[in-house]
Amino acid sequence: MKNNRRDFLKTVGTVGATGLAAAVTVEPAEAQSPAPPTAKAAPVTQVAHAYTFFTAPEAAFIEAAVDRFIPADELTPGGTDCGVAIFIDRQLAGAWGSGDRMYMQGPWQKGVATQGYQSPLTPAEFFRAGIAAANTHCRNTLQKDFDRLTADQQITVLKDMEQGRVTFDAVSAQEFFNLLLATAMQGFFGDPIYGGNRDKAAWKMIGFPGVVAIYSEHIKTYRNKKYDVEPKSILDLS
Amino acid sequence: MPTRLKEVDVVIVGLGWTGGILAKELSEAGMRVVALERGGLRSTNPDFAIPQIRDELKYAVRNALMQNPARDTLTFRHSPAEPALPMRQLGSFLPGEGLGGAGVHWNGVTWRWTGIDHAARSHYEQRYGKGFIPADMPLQDWPMSYAELEPYYDRFEHTAGVSGKAGNLRGTTQQGGNVFEQPRDRDYPLPPLEPSYSQVLFNEAAAQAGYHPFPRPCANASRAYTNPDGARLGACVYCGHCERFGCEANAKGSPHITVIPKAMAQPTFELRPHSWVTKVMLDSTNKKAIGVAYTDVSNGQEYEQPAAIVALCAYAINNVHLMLLSGIGNPYDSATQKGVVGKNYCYQPGGGGVTLFFEDEIFNPFMATGAFGIAMDDFHANDRFDRAAMGAVGGATIIVGQSNGRPIGYRPVPAGTPRWGAEWKQATAKWYLRAMNIGVTASNMPHRYNAYDLDPTYKNVFGQPLLRLTYNFVENDKKVVAYVGSKAAEIARSMKPTSMTGPGTLGDYNIVPYQSTHNTGGAIMGTSPANSAVNKYLQSWDVPNVFVVGASAFPHNSAYNPTGPVGALAYWTADAIKMKFRNRPGLMT
Repeated sequence: MKNNRRDFLKTVGTVGATGLAAAVTVEPAEAQSPAPPTAKAAPVTQVAHAYTFFTAPEAAFIEAAVDRFIPADELTPGGTDCGVAIFIDRQLAGAWGSGDRMYMQGPWQKGVATQGYQSPLTPAEFFRAGIAAANTHCRNTLQKDFDRLTADQQITVLKDMEQGRVTFDAVSAQEFFNLLLATAMQGFFGDPIYGGNRDKAAWKMIGFPGVVAIYSEHIKTYRNKKYDVEPKSILDLS
Repeated sequence: MPTRLKEVDVVIVGLGWTGGILAKELSEAGMRVVALERGGLRSTNPDFAIPQIRDELKYAVRNALMQNPARDTLTFRHSPAEPALPMRQLGSFLPGEGLGGAGVHWNGVTWRWTGIDHAARSHYEQRYGKGFIPADMPLQDWPMSYAELEPYYDRFEHTAGVSGKAGNLRGTTQQGGNVFEQPRDRDYPLPPLEPSYSQVLFNEAAAQAGYHPFPRPCANASRAYTNPDGARLGACVYCGHCERFGCEANAKGSPHITVIPKAMAQPTFELRPHSWVTKVMLDSTNKKAIGVAYTDVSNGQEYEQPAAIVALCAYAINNVHLMLLSGIGNPYDSATQKGVVGKNYCYQPGGGGVTLFFEDEIFNPFMATGAFGIAMDDFHANDRFDRAAMGAVGGATIIVGQSNGRPIGYRPVPAGTPRWGAEWKQATAKWYLRAMNIGVTASNMPHRYNAYDLDPTYKNVFGQPLLRLTYNFVENDKKVVAYVGSKAAEIARSMKPTSMTGPGTLGDYNIVPYQSTHNTGGAIMGTSPANSAVNKYLQSWDVPNVFVVGASAFPHNSAYNPTGPVGALAYWTADAIKMKFRNRPGLMT
């Protein structure tokens, strides 16, 4: 079993802060001078995996949740390894997370479900409050944070939230669950430019060929016939 | 202090399909026209270029081309007894913003409405008796006949490059077209698109059952096309990124590639983007508009644009909002049923559709166009369809489209499948390619309490009251959906799927999930100021130099998408302004 994020932080704990900072220090003069014409840059293969919005405990919650939503199996790696947690982090750190394109003026009333989102919180604040409330619920009932539960326990907690069998104080457990699931699915199935759907795993799983989409002839020739191609993303074509 | 600008002949509010048509027609007639568009400029290249335009998250989920609710939205409740709360995010419908408006991000379905639609009340009264129309259903005839509007439907179809097959050419039935349509003078400008596999199967099953399936008319060009104005459209490539996107191939009939460039070529036309109209200014008599007040949202500067004619060509919802904010016409009050502005809001009930899963068929849902499809009108335009058996006014079309297989939004799984986890993954992987949908699109008749007014509490960023929408589905809608849904299910069963889900039943209206951007009514047309906000030329009864153009004028909603008559009415109004009002300003008869 892989180490989870919290174990990693514990391991690097004592040397963590200074050690990591030193490792990424770049000499300003060197960084600004152009590379000599003959020099070849090493190919960039690193994928972003550090969080900008989530704290370490929040990231641990999200990683556990998306791994339950999208468990690793013969079809795809788990949600975290597909970049879904990073996707959610980036979305919450960006314009959508801060309530862009939302009417945020009061007064505030709960309303009925058919009236839609009525929380005064931005999506980022809503996630933060939802994670805290879910962890409080897990500590009260199971004496551990969500990410420390067994996979079966996590599934039970998520189902309870989904079905509205538990209530949280700060936010609606069911509303939080629905937003968490919807955002995770956006990351899993969206273009890899946003950090999720790494290696187009979700597109390969279902047979979606991606963004090269010229089917003028195929609409006839592929009636009742599988269209097997390596999917192409915006990232591949940019 | 607002800056007062030089007077023009016509100021147009909103530059989508209707504004674009009026802009072209009136500027070409030599009138000095200024169009105020609340959003920005945009053009196919670079704004809709691949690969960036094929971004489902940005365009289909985060609604990049749509109205920004942070600036202005509406409030919503089911009935007058409940508190209305703001629609804080877009969901159920998606009003466009920016040059071309919703004409850029629409799918392209382009109907001519039925003879029954044009004479709605009189048809039902004659055929089924006066008692058949419920007392709380303020249904009324259109003020013009289908025959009067026919040349204008034709004009719009040829402008937008509609692909289809005639079913009734000057009274002669054409097999393979919609045999229930009203007579047309000539065929569509383009032949139908190639049907998808799902459409081929449905076409066979519907014909086998004795129905009359036909290719749904759509403004997705089946081949390259030059329209009568010389605008060139490309051939559709079935890319599956149509609704909510701009078309990189210029294959979707859209105002930014047809009418708007023609207006822009006129020296008498001027376009001002980022211009948010807050009010129509009236003179001291309140019977004449003197222009509009607007704010440049890129710098906050306020302006007044005087004009002899004001044409409200914003989205249907915004047209009604502007009338109420400006005090044009008497606001409707559902308690007393007095007043007209805000009444007869209608929408498009769904819920009757069926999803079919086939173990051994591959549908490739991503090979798709916004609007192609096989439709049947046997339970709608068909006059012989007995509404007494259904016990309701109206009807529904049954359609197999295939608009997209974009995977954030389209992931069909059989009923009972969990929404996440191992079992959900297996089902999603298995059924994505192997499912198809039969849709049911129902008409929506007006109801006394389904209406707009101004919200007493919530404001937009300009400090003005939001529009308040009171709306719910009613018994008549539920009966139509249940009846026609059961017919769709019969056809589905005859196709012998491995399993199927649906049809569902119609519950309460929910403003959260996307349903359609088919919001109609609120500034309805009619034969007298007592029953309508505008006359047959879409001219305000109360302020005759204000024209209110768009689906806001529909007295009810058909079982069709609205853009066909929206385009036809825009040409109709433009002709009335050019040929009549221009020479003799005043109320036209």
